[in-house]
Amino acid sequence: MIQAFAFYLFATLMIVSGAVTILARNPVHSVLWLILAFFNAAGLMILVGAEFIAMLLVIVYVGAVAVLFLFVVMMLDIDFAELRAGFVKNFPLGMILALVLLCELVLGIGAYRAGAMQLGTADGTAAPLAGASNIESIGALLYTRYLFLFEAAGILLLVALIGAIVLTHRQRGGVRGQNVAKQVARRPEEATINVKPEVGKGVSL
Amino acid sequence: MIGIEHYVVVSSIMFVLGVLGIFLNRKNVIIILMAIELILLSVNLNLVAFSAFLHDLVGQVFAMFVLTVAAGEAAIGLAILVIYFRGRGTIAVDDVNRMKG
Repeated sequence: MIQAFAFYLFATLMIVSGAVTILARNPVHSVLWLILAFFNAAGLMILVGAEFIAMLLVIVYVGAVAVLFLFVVMMLDIDFAELRAGFVKNFPLGMILALVLLCELVLGIGAYRAGAMQLGTADGTAAPLAGASNIESIGALLYTRYLFLFEAAGILLLVALIGAIVLTHRQRGGVRGQNVAKQVARRPEEATINVKPEVGKGVSL
Repeated sequence: MIGIEHYVVVSSIMFVLGVLGIFLNRKNVIIILMAIELILLSVNLNLVAFSAFLHDLVGQVFAMFVLTVAAGEAAIGLAILVIYFRGRGTIAVDDVNRMKG
């Protein structure tokens, strides 16, 4: 009972916040609603017992990706009103296409439920370990069978990291940086001169 | 009782919302990237739900890899967005024809 209530609560909130994400006028609001959608998706995942992925979703999406979005939205000075120009024009056709797509997907699910199709079943080699927590079972699978895929995911993140830095880094002109070699090579003789100006005359620097 | 069908319906609604978001906000790259995140979120939800109901952890491992790819994609996409804005002063995608591909 409480599980069904929690499911419908999380699902409704997630769908509503997903809809507001794509409809909001202000992109900052969009990002905030996207964060709410991620939280509710994490709640749905906890309901089926996938705590690790749920926490990963909160940490990675809310902690990193959504903040990155927020940062970019606020950093760039963009005229968002101009970007919404085609919104009303696209709305009817977009809704029709979305409804058709949704009907097809739900029809597929209904066909599956009616028993017309038989999905494959798990062979049991990746079943959760008896008596172990979710994260323990995932770790036992990830560090044995999927070890190389895991390493590849790490390399992928490294490439994305380097790529983002290379793309956005720029050499700025007109910056007065410190030249250590020039500083060290400087001697008192060339840095100071002794002049005796006459009274009333200035010195040239 | 909540079954796999409920999860599949919810995640297909999220998927359709993501597709609709790309369609409606065709000029604004930031919203398009957010809609792609919504699509990837629905795929993740689907993978996790099937994994839980079939008692097979491979779905959760794959959801983790999808998460990795989504994070990398968001970082690279936003980096491209920043340099594009630096050069053009706008992020409207319908005049991205600089490379004349």
